[in-house]
Amino acid sequence: MAYDIDYIRSQFPILDQQVHGRPLVYLDNAATAQKPKAVVDAITHYYYNDNANVHRGVHTLSQRATDAMEAVREQVREHIGARESAEIIFTRGITDSINTVAFGMGALIKPHQNVVITALEHHSNIVPWQMLCERTGATLRYIPINEKGELVLHSLEEIIDEHTVMVAFNHISNSLGTINPVSTILARAKAVGACTLVDGAQSGPHAKVDVQEWDVDFFTLASHKMYGPTGLGVLYGKRERLEALPPYQGGGEMIATVTLEKSTYAEIPHKFEAGTPHIEGVIGFGAALKFVNSIGIEAIARHEAELLDYATESLSSIEGFRIIGTADHKASVLSFLVDGTHPYDLGVLLDQQGIAVRTGQHCTQPIMDQFCIAGTARASFAMYNTKEEIDLFKVALERAVNMLR
Amino acid sequence: MTIREKQAALVDEFAFFDDWMDKYNHIIEMGKSLKPLSDQDKQEDLLVQGCQSKVWLKAEKQGNAVKFWADADAIIAKGIVAMLIDVFDEQPAADIAQAELGFIEEIGLKDHLSPTRANGLMSMIKQMKIYALAFA
Repeated sequence: MAYDIDYIRSQFPILDQQVHGRPLVYLDNAATAQKPKAVVDAITHYYYNDNANVHRGVHTLSQRATDAMEAVREQVREHIGARESAEIIFTRGITDSINTVAFGMGALIKPHQNVVITALEHHSNIVPWQMLCERTGATLRYIPINEKGELVLHSLEEIIDEHTVMVAFNHISNSLGTINPVSTILARAKAVGACTLVDGAQSGPHAKVDVQEWDVDFFTLASHKMYGPTGLGVLYGKRERLEALPPYQGGGEMIATVTLEKSTYAEIPHKFEAGTPHIEGVIGFGAALKFVNSIGIEAIARHEAELLDYATESLSSIEGFRIIGTADHKASVLSFLVDGTHPYDLGVLLDQQGIAVRTGQHCTQPIMDQFCIAGTARASFAMYNTKEEIDLFKVALERAVNMLR
Repeated sequence: MTIREKQAALVDEFAFFDDWMDKYNHIIEMGKSLKPLSDQDKQEDLLVQGCQSKVWLKAEKQGNAVKFWADADAIIAKGIVAMLIDVFDEQPAADIAQAELGFIEEIGLKDHLSPTRANGLMSMIKQMKIYALAFA
């Protein structure tokens, strides 16, 4: 089936607008994706018809809201190939997911042990582990990167050793687009019996992931990067790992019994879902998954790969255009600099011409330090972007560069 | 010219351009013509706090007046600080400290800056006024 770009664009009303008198070209998808009508409609429908607090009520609305939420849990299970829906925890986002694991591991880690991350991580997959190591006296280690922005694996066996308790890394880098060799790293982690966590923030919208095929212990997703609502994330964990992990937050929903002296915790997934959950977020995310699957994630990935190739080739003809992150395997992220210009200036002048890109460090300060740069401008593509938009982007970028030099 | 007259002159200059890309071009040109600070002067303690890009601001008391120098790593930020220098440079310290800067809104610059950049602009003005107060 042909990729019906007109149909897809028609499902995202926000795209049809002018910014500073020019048609909007939205290329900030790695930060957050736009939402299709189906998502907005699902949330509206929920508030018009089914809104009630979940899990505790016996009345009809509460039952409907609970059923709708639990149906999405099952949908997520199927989407990532988990064994059972109890292994799907709804969180506030990736940051919350990773903090849940890092906090819980505080009770399970010893001072002589270590945690391994990579030099390619988002701050959300750095800081929680630094905090864990500060609390426990454990050591934090990094898998380094090369000048192309690829992980350097030749000393993997020294970095991940018999004292490693956790190996946490992203599937796809948000600032450079590098697709990491997940299986190689997981295999080494498993060989020493370390726990593993893969951050799927950027792979969620671009790649099909099967957590059982990877045999990964924890996996995280962010709804808002997958065309769903903000404020909702997923933490997948293997049942035995989640059962061994102490809960991160206490409160309602996560308990079995409470006396004034002592509480016992609920079974997973509820043990990790303290408080009233983000019900409409979950329902909106269900609609987003359904929408993405109706287009087909492989078809979307092919479309985005074409856009990335087209943009890389087209923009490289601009004098002084320099891509930061030139890994052999890349997803739809184009981080760049243009000699003689500052990325902030490019961002302002592109915005004046209707083009939305991100500028700065992209929450990956260590990567920028390694490349000895203050930041980059970043264009990132989604299912609804087109080659015509990249042409507009190029014209706007050339104009900006001419003004700045 | 007084601070008020300087502002009016800037507003007239910008009124000449209809399109915001042209207004930005003018800001960029102002940035390019601002005399850069030497690398020696680009010290941590001259950095204006609260700007997204790096902006260095230096001031000296000259009699009753204040002399300003500035630089920035991004050219639009440099153009904006150049506009402020155009208005404040060599003006009496007391006038700078009390000045109301209507030109930013009259030009429409405030609406065209993102909130973080607008904060940066406010930080630059505040820093210049702090220098002026110290010299008054």
